Amino acid sequence: MIKLEKVIKVYADGKKAVNEMSFEVDQGELCVFLGPSGCGKTTTMKMINRLIPITSGKISIDGVENTKINASELRRNIGYAIQEIGLFTHMTVGQNIETVPVLKGWSKSQRRERAEELLELVRMKPSEFIDKYPNELSGGQRQRVGVARALGADPPILLMDEPFGAIDPINRVELQSEFLKIQQKIKKTIIFVTHDIYEAIKMGDRIALMKDGKLVQYDTPANLLYRPKDAFVEGFVGADRALKGLQLLRVKEVMSSTYTTANMKEKAEVARERMEKEGVDWLPVVDNSGRFAGGISISDVTGVKSKTVKDVMSPSETTSDINAVLNEALSLMLSSGLKTLPIVVEDNRLAGILTFDAIQEALHEAVRAGGTK
Amino acid sequence: MLEAWEFIMRRPELLAEWVLAHLWIIFVAIIIAVILGVFLGIFIAGKGKEQIADSALYLAEIVMTIPSLALFGLLMLLLGSMGLKSIGFLPAVIALIVYGQLPILRNTYTAIRAVDPAMVEAGRGMGMSERQILFRIELPLAVPVIMAGIRTSIVLLIGIATIAAFIGASGLGVPIFRGIRNARMDLILIGGISVSILALLIDGLMALVERRITPKGIKVGR
Repeated sequence: MIKLEKVIKVYADGKKAVNEMSFEVDQGELCVFLGPSGCGKTTTMKMINRLIPITSGKISIDGVENTKINASELRRNIGYAIQEIGLFTHMTVGQNIETVPVLKGWSKSQRRERAEELLELVRMKPSEFIDKYPNELSGGQRQRVGVARALGADPPILLMDEPFGAIDPINRVELQSEFLKIQQKIKKTIIFVTHDIYEAIKMGDRIALMKDGKLVQYDTPANLLYRPKDAFVEGFVGADRALKGLQLLRVKEVMSSTYTTANMKEKAEVARERMEKEGVDWLPVVDNSGRFAGGISISDVTGVKSKTVKDVMSPSETTSDINAVLNEALSLMLSSGLKTLPIVVEDNRLAGILTFDAIQEALHEAVRAGGTK
Repeated sequence: MLEAWEFIMRRPELLAEWVLAHLWIIFVAIIIAVILGVFLGIFIAGKGKEQIADSALYLAEIVMTIPSLALFGLLMLLLGSMGLKSIGFLPAVIALIVYGQLPILRNTYTAIRAVDPAMVEAGRGMGMSERQILFRIELPLAVPVIMAGIRTSIVLLIGIATIAAFIGASGLGVPIFRGIRNARMDLILIGGISVSILALLIDGLMALVERRITPKGIKVGR
């Protein structure tokens, strides 16, 4: 747990960058520091690992004040990732990831094992990448290595300063989602600095919204969106806050898991009868083990005697993961033209379907409830 | 030309002596110059030393503009007044150290300053001490550029060392000065051409060394 008490930072030129900041970040929580540039979010973060010395106040980690610990020692137990990444270009990917383990004096085999494990975690094949140099990687790959390096010695706390800020928007969304999945596994206490409200809402368990060195609102993303404390928060969150709420909801919370399917092996005629009875004009098609294979529409199965579903269906791979954020699923529906999006779990097994109606209802619900969810 | 060749054939041991003496002076001077230049370069590249760095580099540049003949002469008098050996090897080596400073000092300084600040910040943020940042990040990345400075310096010194013969040091300057005094074209040619060949050889050798010690990660994917 990280605890800030009346933290103040005054720079040598007299500028008050952080003004009496007090709050706590719970164990295993991802806390986003959000705010316009110059609001003090990066300064606050860097005072936690003492890259910037504190002027007055107290920052303690698990009850121990951070100034009581040797600065290098402190930093070796706090993962650190920055926007510019700062991978060491003269070292291989493996050596980069092993930086803190080397500083901590781990054995060679232990370090190597850890590097491989971390590459797996960020979904890079160890055998392919461990001996590559940073200059041989793409921007997204470098960023992954940066995250892996920050996790090098398995620190309980992670500080991330706009870690995905330099990545193009498409890869950025992907990296964010991947990182959330990683966080579900590793459950670190994370400080995540960003100026991007979308990123904050998507990533944060809690958001500390700052302005001019002061903490304006410290709350869950839902409360920040639907219960802004003052005009500044409301303005920062934006008029389209209902739409931003799409990021708060996950597909699994909105999809319907009671639905009808067609089996590849069955007669098309049978499927048509079922569609008519249910009053739907589209059905997802699954194979015998419940894997999603494609879809049939009512026109596919009209006037096709003695054919099986497999003969007439349109194979498709457009699906969404059950853990995806709602706005990603919606954008997939809009771009693919699907009115019903099949939702899958591992191994492409069908778990539910998502429709526009369901999304609309969920949003309406969220706004009405004022984000109490 | 022919006479020069005949002279070499007749007195090869004399040429060998000059070449070896020449190399020895440069070797001693460059070792000291590298130690001094790299240390000083690292020092002035430190944070908040911009003022000192500017002055140091400016001074090194001024030294470079002093005519070598004048510097040798000055050193002769200076060492003499201090009761030290004022002619021969000692003043020659000192003058060469002074001349060899600028390329090494400037390249060390520039190379360390050119290291991506993000790498330094990442290193510090992960708990590296200032010394670890220097030895594990800054120096490995700066080495190729420092090496290039040393190379420039050596080639420069090979030329300047000829003038050391003026203050009684041995080396390839000896046949040149002797040739000028006695109007002996062959001696001048022997000295001059040998210096050029030496410079080219060592430059080539250093280029190889430079390539060898450049970290692989910097060479790939650029």
